[in-house]
Parts: sequence; C-alpha cells; structure tokens
Amino acid sequence: MSKVYKGAEAALDGILFDGMTIMAGGFGLCGIPENLIAALRDSGKTEITAISNNAGVDDFGLGLLLQTRQIKKMISSYVGENKEFERQYLNDELELEFNPQGTMAERIRAGGAGIPGFYTKTGVGTLVAEGKEHKDFDGETFILETGLKADVSLVKAWKGDKEGNLIFKKTARNFNPMMATAGKTTVAEVEELVEVGELDPDHIHTPGIFVQRIIVSQGLEKRIEQLTTRPKSKGGA
Amino acid sequence: MAWTREDMAKRAALELIDGYYVNLGIGIPTLVANFIPDGVDVTLQSENGMLGMGPFPIEGEADPDLINAGKQTITELKRTSYFSSADSFGMIRGGHIDLSILGAMQVSEKGDLANWMIPGKMVKGMGGAMDLVAGVKKVVVIMDHNARDGSAKFIKECTLPLTGVRVVDMIISDVGVFTINDDGATLIELAPDMTVDDAKARTEATFKIGELLL
Repeated sequence: MSKVYKGAEAALDGILFDGMTIMAGGFGLCGIPENLIAALRDSGKTEITAISNNAGVDDFGLGLLLQTRQIKKMISSYVGENKEFERQYLNDELELEFNPQGTMAERIRAGGAGIPGFYTKTGVGTLVAEGKEHKDFDGETFILETGLKADVSLVKAWKGDKEGNLIFKKTARNFNPMMATAGKTTVAEVEELVEVGELDPDHIHTPGIFVQRIIVSQGLEKRIEQLTTRPKSKGGA
Repeated sequence: MAWTREDMAKRAALELIDGYYVNLGIGIPTLVANFIPDGVDVTLQSENGMLGMGPFPIEGEADPDLINAGKQTITELKRTSYFSSADSFGMIRGGHIDLSILGAMQVSEKGDLANWMIPGKMVKGMGGAMDLVAGVKKVVVIMDHNARDGSAKFIKECTLPLTGVRVVDMIISDVGVFTINDDGATLIELAPDMTVDDAKARTEATFKIGELLL
C-alpha cells in the first residue's frame, strides 16, 4: 500500500471531520506544514481543536484557520504573534489552553509513546498547576500532566522516502517528530521525496511507522517572521 | 546614573562562567551575547531546538529553517547541534543548562517570578519560561527596576500570575544587583551614583545591604 499521495487535498481525503483534534508542527512559522494547513482550511471542517506551539500570524500558518473560524480551541504555549487570536480569545470566541512549551512537547511525546501521564516540576505553584494532582518525590513537588493524542497530525520534514522515513532540517524540526508519533493518522509534507534506500538509515529522525501519508510540498513560501541580519563588512551579532 | 539596557546586559555577562550552557530570553537578555567576556567560552541554547547558537546571518544569507526562540534568523557554529522540542526541554527541565537570563514584570522578595500574563490584557502565553525557571540551575532576571508608571516591580508578593515560585537567584536592574536565596534578598551592587536610599525608595521588597555597600 503506497503512502504517497498526489497533493495535500488527496492526502487529507477521508480523515477529516468536524470537531476533530489536529496537531500541526512548527515553531512560529518555521517548519510548518504549509500545504496541509491550506488544505485543512479548504476542507471547511469546523469545531477543530488544534494543538500547535503557536497560532501562526494573522494571514499565515494556523492563522488562516482562525480567520475562517474553523478552530474552536487551541492548545499552545505562545500566541503573541497573532492579533486575531488575541481578539477572538478576549471576546470568548475561542477556547485556549496554555501549556508551558516543555510540558506541551513532553505531553505529545508521551501521547505517542503510550504514556498516559507524567510528573513535572514545571508550573508548580502557578495557574498551570490548578486542579492537577501534586506529588512529592525526594522532597520536591511535581504535578501530573497527561499525554496528548490527535486524530490527525500534520508535520513538515525536509526529506522523506516513500516508506515515510523523515529527516528534518535545522530548527524546522521542533515539534514535528513528536507530533508524528501522536497522530492516529500522520500526514507528512516534505520538500524532497526520495526512493526507499536513498536515506542513510542512521540519519532518519522519524521512522516511517509513524507516517501514514506523505506528499511533496508545492510552492512553499517559508515566510520569515523576524529577518535579522548583520552587514557584510562587520562582525559580531 | 542608572544603568542603561546595555549596562545591564554587560553586568549580566559577568555571570557567565567558562564552559557554561546558557539560555538567553527575548529582549535585553539577548544583548548579553554581545558582551561575553574575553576568555569565557559559553554555548548558547535556543529552546526551539538548537545548541551552539551563532550570530545573525550576513545580509542575504538568512535561512528560514534556522531561527532562535525569538523567531529571529540566526546562524550555526561548528559546535552546533539540532534536536526536537522534547529533547530541548529535556535539557532544560533535566537541569543540564547552567544559566537562564530572562525578563520580568514582577519579582518577589522570595524569588517568585511573574513574566507571562496580565489578566484581561495580555494574552501571549508563557512559551518556555515556566520550564526554564523550573529546570535551569541559576536564573538571572534583567529588568527595569520600576514599571512605566513608576510602580515597584521588585515587591513583597507578586500580584500577577506566577511563572515560578522561588526561582529567581539574581536581579539586575537599572538600580543595581540583588541576590535572592533562602535568607531573603540582598543588594550587592549599585549603578554609578545610585545610593542605598535610592534603591529603597524604588523598591517594595525587603532587602539586606551587602557588605561591599556598608
């Protein structure tokens, strides 16, 4: 059975429904599955719970699905780049669950690894700890956090092969590998799709067992949020 | 004369020790990288998944796949490694990072930190701040000593939602430097021409006066 699909629309066919939970990889706009997010928007599915570190910007990334009001709830660690998000939230039009970034990463890792819960010291004594089980280990207090899973995970990789083995590039890796493990169905978009055997098995970040469908990205924008450079002549940061 | 943002960053750079792994927050803490003392070799961690952060790229060479936690384009070094967010926060939560320098809206005299939320006003999220203050060995805050309206930010009890409880080890502000430990807070340095009375007038927290200032 081939995992390779012709495009984002075909790759999402039959697995989307109203009220579903999705995960979308990326940190800011770096390493986001651009084609798959656009196809999810075009599907018109609503009441979506979206698990993603950020909410994109107003007109790109998951911000596209906020504009169209397809998202009911976000689970994120930081949404400061999105004014529409802030507006919808302050007007009670959007549910929001903030997770500390490391807790969120670990919840997704746990979800994919069959671990229903784990204890962490992150957030003890803060709003994040309210209503959660507290437990002491060696005189220090920890809180119970639960694993996260999704109906569909949308991830972005640099290279992939037709078995779904993935290699990520630089800081575009971020949440993508854990999300790939935590989706009932994981769909990957890659910049370069190669034949099985062309990737060095020792260099594969995500084994193909975690990826059910794969496409080649078309017309990636790869937008930069904060372009910061130094002049050619001078050194220093 | 009160310290400027650059002065605060320079002072914070003196907390860097050769061989340290360091996470710098967004804003003034990022400037600390410009003042790393000669002979001190530190490795900068970026919590989006990079160890060994290099300077900003030369014009025209920015890579959209290579950013720091502030979403700024950066470069890699020979020592650089990349990893997932889960591994990154394993480093942070697991106590493998030596020093975190970050900003604050409020710090209490016991070292409680509030820097992520103003109820009803600011909805941005905590990002990695709660994990950093919970896991990193030493936490240094760089902040303006007072809010724009002049109110104290170094106070008895934080009124804003907390980022962490008893997590701040040091505050560097335009007034001077305070340490915080189980015995409470101590003013250990003053910016030029600042007096102990100035510091007291601009602070609500209770603090002791360090030996060098007596």
